[in-house]
Amino acid sequence: MTLLTLNAMQTNIEQYAVLHDVTLTVPEGGVFVLLGRNGAGKTTTLRSIMGLWRPSPGSVTFRGEDISALHTAEVARKGIAYVPENMGVFGGLTIEENLILATKTGKFDTARLNRIYDLFPALKTFWGKQAWSLSGGQKQMLAVARAIIEPRDLILIDEPTKGLAPSIIDAMADAFREISETTTILLVEQNFHFAKSLGRDMAVIDDGRIAHTGSMADFAADKALQDQLLSLSA
Amino acid sequence: MKNLTQILARMGGVNLLPVAVAAVAFVLIGVPSSWVTLTVAGLAMGMMIFLMASGLSLVFGLMDVLNFGHSAFVSLGAFVAASVLTWLAGWLGADSIFLNVMALFLALTAALIVGLAGGWFFETVIIRPVYKDHLRQILITMGALIVAEQLILAVWGGTPMAVPRPQFLEGAIILGDVSIEIYRIFAFLLGLAVYVALYLTLNRTRIGLLIRAGVENREMVEALGFRIDRLFIGVFMLGSALATLGGAMWAGYETLISPSLGAEMMIVVFIVVIIGGLGSIEGTLLGAIMVGLVGNYVGFLMPKMALASNMILMMAILMWRPSGLRPAVK
Amino acid sequence: MTEQNSTGALIVKITVLTIGAALLFAPFLFQDVRSLEVAARICVFVVLVASYDLLIGYTGIVSFAHTMFFGFGAYGAAIALKQMGPGWDAVMVGGLAGMLVSLVVAVAIGLLSLRVKAIFFAMITLAVASVVLVLASQLSDFTGGEDGITYRAPQLFKTATKLAVDEDGKVLRLFGVKLNGKLAAYYFVFATSLALFVLMFRLVGSPLGTVLKAIRENEARAEAIGYRVVSYRTFVFCIAALAASLAGTIYAIWLKYTGPDTMLSFSIMIDILLMVVIGGMGTMWGAVIGAVLMVLAQYYLRDLMGAAAEATSNLPILPELLNPDRWLLWLGIIFILLVYFFPRGIAGTIMQKGIAK
Repeated sequence: MTLLTLNAMQTNIEQYAVLHDVTLTVPEGGVFVLLGRNGAGKTTTLRSIMGLWRPSPGSVTFRGEDISALHTAEVARKGIAYVPENMGVFGGLTIEENLILATKTGKFDTARLNRIYDLFPALKTFWGKQAWSLSGGQKQMLAVARAIIEPRDLILIDEPTKGLAPSIIDAMADAFREISETTTILLVEQNFHFAKSLGRDMAVIDDGRIAHTGSMADFAADKALQDQLLSLSA
Repeated sequence: MKNLTQILARMGGVNLLPVAVAAVAFVLIGVPSSWVTLTVAGLAMGMMIFLMASGLSLVFGLMDVLNFGHSAFVSLGAFVAASVLTWLAGWLGADSIFLNVMALFLALTAALIVGLAGGWFFETVIIRPVYKDHLRQILITMGALIVAEQLILAVWGGTPMAVPRPQFLEGAIILGDVSIEIYRIFAFLLGLAVYVALYLTLNRTRIGLLIRAGVENREMVEALGFRIDRLFIGVFMLGSALATLGGAMWAGYETLISPSLGAEMMIVVFIVVIIGGLGSIEGTLLGAIMVGLVGNYVGFLMPKMALASNMILMMAILMWRPSGLRPAVK
Repeated sequence: MTEQNSTGALIVKITVLTIGAALLFAPFLFQDVRSLEVAARICVFVVLVASYDLLIGYTGIVSFAHTMFFGFGAYGAAIALKQMGPGWDAVMVGGLAGMLVSLVVAVAIGLLSLRVKAIFFAMITLAVASVVLVLASQLSDFTGGEDGITYRAPQLFKTATKLAVDEDGKVLRLFGVKLNGKLAAYYFVFATSLALFVLMFRLVGSPLGTVLKAIRENEARAEAIGYRVVSYRTFVFCIAALAASLAGTIYAIWLKYTGPDTMLSFSIMIDILLMVVIGGMGTMWGAVIGAVLMVLAQYYLRDLMGAAAEATSNLPILPELLNPDRWLLWLGIIFILLVYFFPRGIAGTIMQKGIAK
């Protein structure tokens, strides 16, 4: 079943057109990977979904409802969580405060909290510490934990492996695999190796347009296509 | 050396600055009784300036909006409170402490209400259309300041206005050879109470949590599902009300006010938020106390330098820490 | 067609040239003392506003210290003329001293605070300017305090000086205008102002102007391309400060009086802001239009308001609002409306008209 549809989305940032024509269908369940070179428009795509940039023309449809005119806060309340590239953790707040802020009621659901402890034990260890003092990996864990502290239908994650140590990347992959059993993930990545291990469906964005869509298995097998769409020299 | 910095940091870091200033002043002044009087005056002044500056700093931190019209609220508060006090002069002179307190309470409440209403108007009518456009924001709020100042002139006239004080706040407490004005103690305590209330709201409540998070990263708070613009109206109104309260307290402190009061205080308020670091209540308090203390000490030691002292203080601190003593984490 | 040669632009340019011609022949066109005062003030404020537009319009930085630099130039000339007596040597020394102080202060402020946010810079300039204003009032031995300084201008500019005489030894008249020192003083103001204006005009048309626009449009990108944004901004800030300082020196020579109200006060800063916004930020043409309109309003609108206040004196509140002293109130409201609805000002808005899309 289709969860999210982007229809001929065109986004301008100030006077520059960043997205020219992004049309994409994200099915419910699993991890959908959006690949692309630097500056291809991956982050802009996610921000346009969240209503942080406004696509025009074009629209974003979530569960059959057009959400492209909604305020970012309303988009979030429809059940979409966002983990930006810079992680967006609040450095002056403790881990506990970061998480409790993301709850609807201001109280933790014990079951969900325990699940987060299981996924990221480090967060329990540093529970009362201010987030600025955490390592990059721990901040990333916190950002992901914040996205799943409430039940969500879709999580947008922007380059979560950037600058992380290999061992942490593996742990992150395990966490994503588990989260994706209950929640759809739209993952933007440059780290193809990481993306390959997770994605079921995928798309490649290039110069503001969707250049390829298909299954991850096919794409992983097609070395020529990978070179054409992802290598820096192309 | 490294150990020393660590020890200082553990003892409170930049928070020790006012203590250090007070200690240096103690040596330079040499007369303990004068030093106590000046320190109390500096603290009281600092607390009133804190009231005026805290709103400006919070609003900037949360919304990246600097309201150059903020000082209009200071004047407005001073004149509204002065008018109410003049109107209730009979209660002020009465022997009943209840009537005294009621008159003061009504004056401060009137100032607060005017601040809340004015803040609402300012935010929705003046500033809402120019979010995110710094240049126009500066120009528009500056224009609003001009208009507001002219309106105050039109209503209250250009001549200085005497401000009656409640009976129970007149006079001084004498301890040995030290004399401390009661009004200063009152101003200090009121400022402290507001600071504590703000601190608790920011650190112990959900709204406060949202504000602190919003100061750091507004977009992310919205992406978590909260309408920060609605929160902002509230903060803006609160900030304006604190400015009117500060103005009202200042009116009682000066006992003679003129419409240029707002413009004069604006400079001090700006220096305070620059010194303290924009966006943090703790920084604003620290900056206000520093300005209050240094102003009073220098005024006593080198009267000619009193005005330049704020500027020198600001320059020195900016050279040491370009974003102020305790800026909000960004 | 670009903005530079639209029909609107043509209208603006013709208007400005007409103004220029009117100023050139002002002593002959408007033969009374007050009009000459107005014309001289317009000349000086065109320079002041144009130099401010270098900051706010072309570079996107808001400074509230522009009158401070104007004041440095004026006080430099005033103090030198007072101490050394009326002479060109005093004008040179005073003018240069004013420029030197302006330059030092501008560099200090620029390096200290131009790297931070625009708002922070605006606050710091406001704070510095206010302290300078207070200092000027307090250091009365040096600056004359609130009363200011009165002094004599160089011999050439004295009203009694005869530039040319007829056979009777009386001052020669040309089209009924006495060819005396006052006339020489006006043309001194006109010529120096014109020269400064043309220099600034050339500056914004030069490659430097292009870089400044790039920085204003997108600071991060300009930085990424390799422009040292802070250096450029500091440089422009210094240029603007020097121009304002010179304008101050010129005006001080014309007025033969320098005081905090005429040269340093915050209300002059507000005047400049209004002129820039009314005329149009980011065009030198706008500086001329804004300065002319505002100065004319200052001199003549107040009379009009006084008349209106008297006419309505029986009504409540209205006369109080129409009081000539309240004219800033109305200007403030106009200012806000302009920033909302015509952020490009008169010149900018007209120049946009007639652009073929």
